[in-house]
Amino acid sequence: MFGDYSLADLSSIFVMQGFAGLILFSVYVLMALGLAIIFGQMGVINMAHGEFMILGAYVTYLCSTFFQTYLPSLFGAYFFVAMALAFLASGAMGMLVEWALIRHLYKRPLDTLLATWGLSLILQQAYRTIFGPREVGVELPSWMMGSIPVTDSIEVQINGLFVIAVTTVITLGVAVLMYRSRFGAQIRAVMGNRPMAGAVGIDTEKVDRTTFGLGCGIAGIAGSAFTMIGSTGPTSGQLYIVDTFLIVVFGGAASLLGTIASAFSISQTQSTLEFFLSGSMAKVLTLLAVVGILMLRPQGLFTLKVRR
Amino acid sequence: MLQTSASPHVPPVVPGTQAILSISDLHSAYGQSEVLHGIDLYVAPGEIVAVMGRNGMGKSTLMKTLMGIVPTKSGTITVDGTDVTALKSHARVAKGLAYVPQGRMIFSTMTVQENIETGLTVTGSRKVPQDLYTMFPVLLEMKGRRGGNLSGGQQQQLAIARALASNPKVLLLDEPTEGIQPSIIREMGRTLKKIRDERGLSIVVSEQVLSFAMDVADRVLVIENGSIVHESLRADIDEAQVARFLSV
Repeated sequence: MFGDYSLADLSSIFVMQGFAGLILFSVYVLMALGLAIIFGQMGVINMAHGEFMILGAYVTYLCSTFFQTYLPSLFGAYFFVAMALAFLASGAMGMLVEWALIRHLYKRPLDTLLATWGLSLILQQAYRTIFGPREVGVELPSWMMGSIPVTDSIEVQINGLFVIAVTTVITLGVAVLMYRSRFGAQIRAVMGNRPMAGAVGIDTEKVDRTTFGLGCGIAGIAGSAFTMIGSTGPTSGQLYIVDTFLIVVFGGAASLLGTIASAFSISQTQSTLEFFLSGSMAKVLTLLAVVGILMLRPQGLFTLKVRR
Repeated sequence: MLQTSASPHVPPVVPGTQAILSISDLHSAYGQSEVLHGIDLYVAPGEIVAVMGRNGMGKSTLMKTLMGIVPTKSGTITVDGTDVTALKSHARVAKGLAYVPQGRMIFSTMTVQENIETGLTVTGSRKVPQDLYTMFPVLLEMKGRRGGNLSGGQQQQLAIARALASNPKVLLLDEPTEGIQPSIIREMGRTLKKIRDERGLSIVVSEQVLSFAMDVADRVLVIENGSIVHESLRADIDEAQVARFLSV
């Protein structure tokens, strides 16, 4: 499959696809971070995670339309506003869903799976009714368009660099929150042993709600970033949910570093293989590799070594 | 079964003192199966009470019901004059209860220091008080280690330090000697009495080891099939009689 390309071409292809893989990696990491908190820490299988992401994407779309129509002079800055709003909207909906649905099902994980799957269908239909079945695209401000030529045959997209920067900031923020703050310690205590966390004085219900909201809010930011690499439709979230679960399980459910490493390896494999093979063949090979590794290491890539 | 505590050998509280923890007619159940059938218990400030009994007689259930982990069916629990029966666990901690569970249940993936800090939640303070480390110097040495990698005795000290971090009025310990080597058990008895003397709090400890209970407790109760069947001050305890309750 490499025969038709010269060596210089090949290296350019690898760099460009590697960069495309980095953009995909960023969206995956943002998606998976939210899920790693909700699934990895809380043990809740949230099938509607993709729909929370798409909510963020729609908020970004609405925001871009609003700025285009009413505040064209500030259009260059709308993306920052859109990301904040996407976080708030998805986070608020996450907290609502936790309060109305999830908290009654903490002891019944399979029922959570069904309930959130139902929720995802409801949300998809709601998007279809509100925004229409056609996919919508987002107008990027001019400073985010175009690319920077690195060499004659290698170019990197500016919006790609932006997504990567956003992901880095959010990931560092989540890491600091989880491992350096009191609230993060409370989250980890509740996830470690819910009744005991209550018995040392932690309000577990409040922590559960905030954690779920936080995970969903990060999914909203992922949705915001997602608008730059794909168009937004009612079912776009579904395409990503399987990959995201795969990343969280492959990385080792309770480890942020594992999530990042696994998102990186999966997105890079996917992106590089996609150039040479068809998209579905690339997916098959990636999945096979992941299944193989998980059979040898069922606990995922990274785990904490402690006596339990 | 012997008579219940309808006519206890000892008045529950020395007259004139207000009970720091009082439990009256406490019933609790797992689903439909009732485990505690009307427990009455009064603990005076600064008193150490040992609740003894064989496995499955309701010691741990009593502790968990006091902590709000097992729901109360009827009866009342009062801490320092405040009725906590309807409160959730974390709110009971804020009212002055603290709990060291059976099996210690420390947060194994968190460091020693983080474990103690979880106990600070209701106090609002951020820094682990120095006197906790003075009382348990080994925890200062290990403060960056993950809790799950400590030995049983160290975990027990950590669980006690975590409970003390919330500045409790009443400390509940559920079988603290379980799985701990004998030399450390003696040490633990000294530590509990020291905690009581330094902080003036009351301690309720559930136990199967009579010698440990005789060592630390001011008063010994025996619980059998969810009711208190024997109660006596340490001074006039009939060891042989209590031992009969504990033998299988």
